[in-house]
Amino acid sequence: MSQSFDYSVVDGVLAELGTGESAVISILQHIQEHYRYLPREIFPYLSKKLGVSQARIYSVATFYENFALEPKGKFVIKVCDGTACHVRKSVPILERLRKELGLTEKKRTTDDLGFTVETVSCLGACGLAPVLTVNDKVYPGMTPDKAAALIEELKGEL
Amino acid sequence: MVKQEFLTIDGIPVAIEGEKNILELIRKVGIKLPTFCYHSELSIYGACRMCMVETPRGMEAACSTPPKAGMDIRTNTERLRKYRKMILELLLANHCRDCTTCGNNGSCKLQDLAMRFGIDRVRFPNTAAEPKLDESSVSIVRDQNKCILCGDCVRMCNEVQNVGAIDFAHRGAKMTISTAFEVPIAESPCVGCGQCAAVCPTGAIVVKNDTARVWALLDDPDVKVTAQIAPAVRVGLGKEMGMEPGENAIGKLVAALKHMGFDEVYDTSTGADLTVLEESNELLRRLEEGEHDWPLFTSCCPAWVQFCEKNYPELMGNVSTCKSPMEMFAAVIRENNRTAGRRKAVHVAIMPCTAKKFEAARSEFCSGEGQDVEYVLTTQELIRMVKESGVVFSELVPEAVDMPFAYKTGAGVIFGVTGGVTEAVLRRLASDKSATALKTLAFQGVRGLEGVKETTVPYGERNLRIAIVSGLGNASALIERIRGGEHYDFVEVMACPNGCISGGGQPFAHAEEQAERSEGLYKADQVSRIKRSEENPLMMELYGGLLKGKVHELLHVEYPLAKGAE
Repeated sequence: MSQSFDYSVVDGVLAELGTGESAVISILQHIQEHYRYLPREIFPYLSKKLGVSQARIYSVATFYENFALEPKGKFVIKVCDGTACHVRKSVPILERLRKELGLTEKKRTTDDLGFTVETVSCLGACGLAPVLTVNDKVYPGMTPDKAAALIEELKGEL
Repeated sequence: MVKQEFLTIDGIPVAIEGEKNILELIRKVGIKLPTFCYHSELSIYGACRMCMVETPRGMEAACSTPPKAGMDIRTNTERLRKYRKMILELLLANHCRDCTTCGNNGSCKLQDLAMRFGIDRVRFPNTAAEPKLDESSVSIVRDQNKCILCGDCVRMCNEVQNVGAIDFAHRGAKMTISTAFEVPIAESPCVGCGQCAAVCPTGAIVVKNDTARVWALLDDPDVKVTAQIAPAVRVGLGKEMGMEPGENAIGKLVAALKHMGFDEVYDTSTGADLTVLEESNELLRRLEEGEHDWPLFTSCCPAWVQFCEKNYPELMGNVSTCKSPMEMFAAVIRENNRTAGRRKAVHVAIMPCTAKKFEAARSEFCSGEGQDVEYVLTTQELIRMVKESGVVFSELVPEAVDMPFAYKTGAGVIFGVTGGVTEAVLRRLASDKSATALKTLAFQGVRGLEGVKETTVPYGERNLRIAIVSGLGNASALIERIRGGEHYDFVEVMACPNGCISGGGQPFAHAEEQAERSEGLYKADQVSRIKRSEENPLMMELYGGLLKGKVHELLHVEYPLAKGAE
């Protein structure tokens, strides 16, 4: 267990949700809400508190696409690539975002931890296609240029 | 009277007698329904779909369908045969198919079923990636490319052993069996018990193969190679060596080892006698000291010791300071070689156990001359070497073990089965040394293949509370109970369910064969002339000679976490 890691956030989550094995998904969600990803240090700690093996928690964390094991940027941009957004040209938006930020399909987060760009299968806002979200705020009717302008704007807020 | 209920299997009426699922019923009537993911001691997973049967309701997995009166089950229809072949073909599609070079060649369920169902081609391109071996552990080797994701290892590691080193990771086509964060298995909570390898139906987890190293030793004329054979090995050879299940093959084993080039062969039961004497003394000393909150835990099983170190470091002070029989004996043999000024001598232990490989490599069991036990060969590896040597095992003429360590007792032999250590210690402690007392002891709850046994034995003024557990999950549960306030004086722990007879290094055996192995050891005890360790003439000789002033140095160990733990 890490000596330097501050477990007070995790303790707070456990105080709220309990230490039952069945609570593991909600616990991970709450922890991720705080850190924007699941820090590795929490695994041995949770394992001990919940009485569930680290391998099993890792199993849950890798099963769900929503959980991240790598740190994410301050702004998490989710580009919808569901059917409606895809046919309304979401891919060029994605490519432009990656180009502007120097990211690829593999490298999703900028080195300064400013931005993370990922795709989602559907945001459920097909009427607004093509759509993306920044930290869950929805930006409808996007184009590559609008996306580039958005990045510039957000860079000012870093 | 309860009315007998029936169902029909392939048109034959079969009585339902409390079976958990129709798979057990079908197998009971002699039909070998294929499975990968079904083990009666593990939870039902229903993943492999090989045991599908047809009922009027449609297709059902036999393993997860409880029997109901009047069911009409078909186990062998055209549709089922087609499906089973398809499943096999798909499993083989991304499976490494280098059977000839696989560690499990000949004992692989996938190979066996592919043969049984006549899979003569695989129509799909082979998508198996380059093999990525995890050889970090001294006990086992993992090869992801041979994994069929049946989950047997995961359930064994979690449910039975409560170790939780591995689990499924990722999903869909990317799913693998993995440690947390995919660290090498040696850096995980793994304790090397090898039960995952025992249940793995393919070569995805196999016992680490040290046979080549031992052959090299045997070929070296300048090295004297001695061996010791653990109790459980002699009853674990089975049909692979042309033996009946549980048949005691100690004499033939000695002969085979001699033929292969071992200079001297001994029986670990002799080492076990040393353990009985030392452990009894330790228990007596504790009893004299008065009430301890925690019991004295046995220390023969290296997987248990490592499990305790990793999960209950605070309890290490309660684990016996006795070395395991293997290490006690190895230290004595080393000392004997040293005093005799022999040429370079190396010691090899034949064990039912994968964790012993780890134990042998521990720094606590190394001297200036190297490891006390240079190599540990599991029963599986020994079988491989015997086959390689060309010896027809079943036709060998039995030989006796060598002097000067030729004496052993029945108490030492029963170490190989759960409860054996306890029974041997109780024989030592009993004040009544009559044959009747010996027999009574056998019926006091120490024998039998239950995972948890408890007994209370009078000793002097008081009663000794004793627990015997096998399977690390049972050990964890017992520790929780002791934390909750239950008191025991002595606890025997064996990591593998049923003890060493079912060790991870033994050839895989179903419950019936495991019972035969247990029976085999008790029979060996029964025909032993000496049944109590303290009556072994060699013990008196050793304590009066070689061990004089060296008992602590040679027979005891201080594990790092034990210091000041209690």
